[in-house]
Amino acid sequence: MHMPLEDTLGLNLLAANQHQAEHNHEHFDAWRLLCLNLMSSPGAGKTSLLERSLAQLSNEFAMAVLEGDMTTQLDAERLEAVGVPVVPITTGRACHLDAAMVSGGLKLLRQRLDPTSLDLLWVENVGNLVCPAEFEVGEHKKVALLSVTEGDDKPLKYPVMFREADCVLITKIDLLPYLPVAVERIEDHIRQVNPRCSVIRVSASSGVGLDSWHAWLRATHAAQCPSPVPATAKPQPSPPTLVNA
Amino acid sequence: MHEVDMTKCLLLSLQEWKQQHQPQVPSVEVVHLQVGDFTCVEPDALVFTWGALVNGTWLAGSELRIERTPLLARCLPCGASYSPSQGQAYRSPCCDHPMEEILSGRELRIRSIEYSLPEQGNSPPAADSVVPRQSRGRDLVAGARS
Ligand SMILES: Nc1nc2c(ncn2[C@@H]2O[C@H](COP(=O)(O)OP(=O)(O)OP(=O)(O)O)[C@@H](O)[C@H]2O)c(=O)[nH]1
Ligand SMILES: [Mg+2]
Ligand SMILES: [Zn+2]
Ligand SMILES: [Zn+2]
Repeated sequence: MHMPLEDTLGLNLLAANQHQAEHNHEHFDAWRLLCLNLMSSPGAGKTSLLERSLAQLSNEFAMAVLEGDMTTQLDAERLEAVGVPVVPITTGRACHLDAAMVSGGLKLLRQRLDPTSLDLLWVENVGNLVCPAEFEVGEHKKVALLSVTEGDDKPLKYPVMFREADCVLITKIDLLPYLPVAVERIEDHIRQVNPRCSVIRVSASSGVGLDSWHAWLRATHAAQCPSPVPATAKPQPSPPTLVNA
Repeated sequence: MHEVDMTKCLLLSLQEWKQQHQPQVPSVEVVHLQVGDFTCVEPDALVFTWGALVNGTWLAGSELRIERTPLLARCLPCGASYSPSQGQAYRSPCCDHPMEEILSGRELRIRSIEYSLPEQGNSPPAADSVVPRQSRGRDLVAGARS
């Protein structure tokens, strides 16, 4: 005979992933780095943007990339060419990265370098506007990319991604003259579902908007990892009054 | 496709719950979920993959029941609640204000689990036994088991 019972849980459906994500997050905090989760539909320009940003910021930040490209090693190779360590994450055929996959990537990363030496850890998620929004990997901030070629209705059709994002980059704006799309409409649609995120127009091809994007990065990094000594990684002459700790 | 991953994650979450009953293995009859309309989860697909994935596991024969919660937002300027028309417009009809505060719709919750435990002793769990639906509320946090 069995006793009928009922447990009231109120537990997150994705609790298992959440726990692993929290675990990753604790590592990131202990390593005093900023972890960013880059998400978009396939081909919106995540890798292209990373190529530009890594090249421009490598004097300023120590960085590494966890690369979730689902089909090939191609993206990882493109980024290694810039001189930043890239760890490809094996996703099988998953349509998103989950916290356990990222944890596996962190293990590989630690075999190659000391994570406490990093300022910024990038996670390039699998190209998909749907589920990456629900699967946290332990990141501090979510960055969603939306290219102008995708049309202006995407934020309305895939609102969860844009709602969850801390920063939305409207990419490939160099193509605007050739498209029947108004970037103001894209922005309005993003704002409808998320009035609080930063929205920045960028082009990895022309370089337009990269300054604003990098300004957001610097501010976010400074807020996340306040350093007692100003900008240690910066190639600036160190103030003579400072004594090494 | 991603409902398979969602279901796998749900199964892992339930695995965590199961550990708390060790050494007993709960025989689960119904898992009640609450899934908001403003999530990336398709309830029908979830139920479908559930049926396929629990086959041959400790959850075999259990049922997944999903209660949907509508997307409800609160207009910040005037305080009125409204239902955005998903996929089309999220501003408040009263003040034309963007969707700031979400009251409901983001739920992805395992609300409760109906199950039974083999009565004392170490008799193996009889997965085939039929148990009346009538169940008593249990508070997991208290962990009380009579
Ligand atoms: N015109 C233009 N093309 C771009 C820009 N950024 C990326 N592209 C092109 O868009 C295509 C996809 O870019 P990727 O950077 O590979 O996009 P992704 O988001 O990393 O793609 P997946 O990782 O496969 O999801 C490539 O052909 C790029 O050359 C841009 O700013 N302007
Ligand atoms: Mg890529
Ligand atoms: Zn997925
Ligand atoms: Zn109002």
